[in-house]
Amino acid sequence: MSNVSLDAHDSSKTENQPASSNRRRFLTVATSVVGGIGVVGAAVPFIASWNPSIKAKAAGADIEADISKIQPGQLIRVIWRSQPVWIARRTPELLASLSDFDDQLKDPNSDEEQQPAFAKNQYRSLKEEFLVLVGICTHLGCSPQHLKDGAFEEYVEGAPEGFFCPCHGSKFDMAGRVFQNVPAGLNLVVPPYMYIDDNTILIGSEEGAA
Amino acid sequence: MWKNLMDWVEYRLPIMRVANQHAIQYPAPRNMNVWYMFGFLATIVLVNQIVTGIWLTMSYTPTAEEAFASVEYIMRDVEYGYILRYMHSTGASAFFIVIYLHMFRGMIYGSYQKPRELLWLFGMFIYLALMAEAFMGYVLPWGQMSYWGAQVIVSLFSAIPVIGPDLVIWIQGDYVISGATLNRFFALHVIALPLVIVILVFLHIVALHEVGSNNPDGTNVKRKKGSLREDEKTKYKIHEYYTSKYDIIDDIVPFFPHIVLKDLVGFCIFLLAFCYIMFFIPEMGGYFLEAPNFEIANPLKTPEHIFPVWYFTPFYAILKAVPHKLGGVIAMFSAIICLALLPWVDRGKVKSWRYRCGLHTWNLLTFAAVFIFLGYLGGTPQEAWKITASQIATIMYFGFFVLLFIYSKNERTIPVPARITE
Amino acid sequence: MKNIIFVLFLLLPIVVNAAGGSKYPLDKAEYDLTDKASLQSGAQTFMNYCLGCHQMQYQRYQRTFEDLGIPLELGQENLQFTGTKPGDHIKNAMPTESGAKWFGAPPPDLTLTGRVRGADWLYTYLRTFYAEEGTTFGVNNLVFANVGMPHVLQELQGVPRKTYEKMLVDGEMVDRYVGIKADGSGQLSAAEYDTAVLDLVNYLVYVGEPSRLQSENIGRWVMIFLLVLLVLVYLLKKDYWRDVH
Repeated sequence: MSNVSLDAHDSSKTENQPASSNRRRFLTVATSVVGGIGVVGAAVPFIASWNPSIKAKAAGADIEADISKIQPGQLIRVIWRSQPVWIARRTPELLASLSDFDDQLKDPNSDEEQQPAFAKNQYRSLKEEFLVLVGICTHLGCSPQHLKDGAFEEYVEGAPEGFFCPCHGSKFDMAGRVFQNVPAGLNLVVPPYMYIDDNTILIGSEEGAA
Repeated sequence: MWKNLMDWVEYRLPIMRVANQHAIQYPAPRNMNVWYMFGFLATIVLVNQIVTGIWLTMSYTPTAEEAFASVEYIMRDVEYGYILRYMHSTGASAFFIVIYLHMFRGMIYGSYQKPRELLWLFGMFIYLALMAEAFMGYVLPWGQMSYWGAQVIVSLFSAIPVIGPDLVIWIQGDYVISGATLNRFFALHVIALPLVIVILVFLHIVALHEVGSNNPDGTNVKRKKGSLREDEKTKYKIHEYYTSKYDIIDDIVPFFPHIVLKDLVGFCIFLLAFCYIMFFIPEMGGYFLEAPNFEIANPLKTPEHIFPVWYFTPFYAILKAVPHKLGGVIAMFSAIICLALLPWVDRGKVKSWRYRCGLHTWNLLTFAAVFIFLGYLGGTPQEAWKITASQIATIMYFGFFVLLFIYSKNERTIPVPARITE
Repeated sequence: MKNIIFVLFLLLPIVVNAAGGSKYPLDKAEYDLTDKASLQSGAQTFMNYCLGCHQMQYQRYQRTFEDLGIPLELGQENLQFTGTKPGDHIKNAMPTESGAKWFGAPPPDLTLTGRVRGADWLYTYLRTFYAEEGTTFGVNNLVFANVGMPHVLQELQGVPRKTYEKMLVDGEMVDRYVGIKADGSGQLSAAEYDTAVLDLVNYLVYVGEPSRLQSENIGRWVMIFLLVLLVLVYLLKKDYWRDVH
């Protein structure tokens, strides 16, 4: 095995220079530190260029949705960040019946962080009437079906309306909360959103947030 | 514990032995001057091109429809994308500045002479690969010069008798320069040629280390084994790969740390120039980034003046100097072949221009001046006087080799010192 | 000595190439990319007069607002067509084929024109339109002969005309050409028009390379850093090389 001598100097043959070795050590350390800073600085453009580009940020920008035409009991779909977002207008009867199924849900009180703070309530929304959800099943990512007018009853007895995911059978109520005994483990995600006025929702930003 | 791990690896993969032999205990002449910086700088620029190139590939789209827009996407939308782009474009020109100076060093110090002929040939292959790489890279932004430059150069191949026109279509992948051409140039530029260049550079360095580095005096630092007294041999620890075959005279320094530190100083000075250009004047007056290329390629609109990037202009001038199409192509390639044959054209035994006749010095300086003048002729709009001037300059270019061949046989030289003089 | 001669040779092409290339002598455009007011004025001129025909398809509105210090709502109100989002590229509704039909060639995209033509060319071009009978739009241009573009800034400049003065030369009265002068019907005086054009050119140069100022800022720090590193590396090298003869 050949040895590595850091300065290839066979000191038995040349004179020692103790004075220079302190200076040498200082210069070596100083140069290495400054050089290291340079390497870090040079790495910045390479690492930063991986951040989402302005194009990605523009495509991921907030979406305005007009809710003035939605009838009670109706659901519309919009696209936000390439994902389906549902806006459903819930009837007073539906809202009243939501708590009937609390004991069949995995997370009835929305303890898991699947929604902004303003949606950590009984109806999981800013205003009771309108439900805003990201329409992607929290199991493996399929988009569940919205079943209403009794079509949901075959999956949950006594529940006329809800979300059923055909891929593996997960079920969610009309507040996006996940039922027990299904593959999905979490409530459907509520995106950040706010009301620009009574007829328009802005999806992607919360009130007061940057 | 660390030593055990290193020993375990070393036994299976001799990293330290290789590092010692090639990068630490390699004997380097102590008088290697500025001219000897450029090989190291070329390697640095190669690394730069590869790394920035990889990063650019992450955002670039190699289709005729999207290429130009994707470059602007990099310049505007990708965070620090403009720095990546300018590092790559400045690096391309820096590569050729460094390489031309590197080659000229070889010429003035006779580094191509025995036993370094193969080293020189590898260098010429690298040069050829580099020119192809740069040409294809220039097509990728799909600007007006990208398109029309490709058009002109690829159509040169039609001059080849019999197969010419079909060859052009085969290269293009289409009846004209098109997206098909762009896409294959992209593949060659991104992986095929870089791989070839890296392998050739590796072989180049292996060949260098096998015969040892030349120096500005052209003296030999590796002497016959047993021919030196103890006090004449080097005091530094040099790898036994060399010391077992030769006596190393006390005119060398170990590669690490002496040459590494020297190279680092040169590197900092190089970086000062490189970064100044990159951050403040990346277009370099239109030489590094040509103004017409900021216009998207338009197959229906030929630019008023088409010329290649500055580093090709001398050969472009030689091409245009010969009024016959095939003749021009042959002249252009001959210009490079002559360079490659230097080890055999130069019949002299003395290496460095310091100890050769005055005629040799003037021959070399004239060659450099003619090369630069040819570059001027090839890179500016055509005028009547320039046609004659290019022909004279082309004859003078080849004249360098003819003259060298003649006078090198019985050249009057100064005695070369036995030891390095500085 | 030989090395010095060689370096001098290297400087030759720079000297020789300094002799320029353009046919019409260009005025120098003294633009200032740090002058945000100028850039904003130029942006407004562009949106009002140029965007009808010319796009800037690689530049986004939002980038312009941020770099020029224009608050988002203000920019959307004053500089954007309704229906476009700030993240959109600056485009217009003119179909390419129609543009080709109406103007002979489709009006070129102007995002990079600042880099292709240069500030001086643009500055001179926009100030050398002159009225001429028999042309498609009634104007010609000294820098770009027979250009297919109308003089869109005419309402600012007034009608520009080639003016001649009667002069006594060698005992004869001749008409001497003294330049282009506007007839005073424009909204701006000659000096104000020049400023408006300079602002527009400033904006065009900015759009050609929005990262210029940031690049130079970073560059200054890099230069200082490299000088410090150079000093240290040089001292370290000298220290190790002291023992080499």
